[in-house]
Amino acid sequence: MADLFDKYDPLIAERASLGTSDPDPLNIVLDEVFSETEAMVGGRRTILAGTNNYMGMTFHPAAIEAAQEAVADFGTGTTGSRILNGTYAGHRTLEETLKEFYGTAHAMVFSTGYQANLGMITGLTAKGDYVLIDADSHASIYDACAMGTADIVRFRHNDAADLDKRLGRLPKDAAALVVVEGIYSMLGDKAPLVDIAEMTSARGAALLVDEAHSMGFCGATGRGIAQECGIEDKVDFIVGTFSKSVGTVGGFCVSNHPKFEILRLASRPYMFTASLPPSVVASAAVSIRHLRNADNRRAHLWENVRRLHAGLKEQGFALGTKTAESPIVAVCLPDQEALFGMCRALLEEGVYVNVARPPATPNGLFLLRCSLNASHTTEQIDRILEAFAKAAEKFGLDLSEKRLSAVG
Amino acid sequence: MSASADTLSNAEILERICDLIRPLNKKNVALAPDTTFADDLDLDSLTVMDLVAAIEDEFDIILPLNLLPDLETIQQVADTVEKILQGR
Repeated sequence: MADLFDKYDPLIAERASLGTSDPDPLNIVLDEVFSETEAMVGGRRTILAGTNNYMGMTFHPAAIEAAQEAVADFGTGTTGSRILNGTYAGHRTLEETLKEFYGTAHAMVFSTGYQANLGMITGLTAKGDYVLIDADSHASIYDACAMGTADIVRFRHNDAADLDKRLGRLPKDAAALVVVEGIYSMLGDKAPLVDIAEMTSARGAALLVDEAHSMGFCGATGRGIAQECGIEDKVDFIVGTFSKSVGTVGGFCVSNHPKFEILRLASRPYMFTASLPPSVVASAAVSIRHLRNADNRRAHLWENVRRLHAGLKEQGFALGTKTAESPIVAVCLPDQEALFGMCRALLEEGVYVNVARPPATPNGLFLLRCSLNASHTTEQIDRILEAFAKAAEKFGLDLSEKRLSAVG
Repeated sequence: MSASADTLSNAEILERICDLIRPLNKKNVALAPDTTFADDLDLDSLTVMDLVAAIEDEFDIILPLNLLPDLETIQQVADTVEKILQGR
């Protein structure tokens, strides 16, 4: 019989071609973590500029204290599903905290953000229903579509008119769910949510917005792009994660739908997995309460992002967005060789950023994906900029042409 | 989109789909009814999804992505489009 791994031969060859010499961008280990912004990587003290830790909450003293108390009082894990023995007082408190933060009637906590998308999309739709997704949707949204039984329709990225055209082709009596993200994680570009919400509600479809990369710093109290756009009343479901601005792990959905709670008995990715550990739900609840009033952190994060975006632009790098739309600043590179070469050179300069490449990226782009957080100092941003300049010189990257720009 | 899309013959549908594939046919493979998208045309999944959108716009239909695993050849897509057009 054939070897099950034969299908991976092209991937194995590609991986080998990228080399494993130190530092290896595909084998990064953080040996010590000093703060939200610095860690020991390969024996070098390194600035972390690719962690999604947007609000810098992973070392918040109150969140750490809450986690320590919870682990002492409730143990290291729940060893059970939310619908059996896995709902502790802390899970309920966290759901109450989310309801308060979003001003919604319902909140459901999942074990990861990935599972929140799986659980919501497959829980809400079934055979005969339609799910309309943005072409640049995250893997968790595509995987939810593959797992479910609804008919899947894809519309052009951030194109509300294209969405409307496709909504218009659906059978009149069908139920439909439109799924978009507030901020798209690879380029850091923002959804045109006002138009999307208007068209979705005019057609009578439901709208789910994944605010994974926009919670904490978009909108007056950090609820995300829906709040920033002033259209929260037109959004039926907001999905989010605790693994970015909240600084731990887990996922959630909030909604005002009167029948929402039944999903606890219907959503398989909610039911058939162990619930989050007590320490995680305790720190998440504390962190979310802090996010609400974190105006100074939000303001400093945006200052950081504008400084990095402007600085890289000035050096001649092609960026994923024309202006700083989010804490994600994506640097577009010509090919895989430049991507890995630049990433290695940056690591040698003591700066860590993400490598992102097709098919995870849109339009076949090779991206050095920087994500900043509210704990970065202005000096650290300047050191990141300096490292980019040195890395480009070392690698011999031609910055004279703007031909690589993703946005034209 | 043609106003007469509902009355197209299977052969006409096939020809229109081939017209949409031609710009993506980087390997210049001869297009036949049994040409496959993955093996013959070597199209990646993102390109296939873009082609689906183009087919939807050409015939003003919904061609759900979840049908893709069963659609390996151009003829199979043409048959599915014909069925969708007849069903409305």
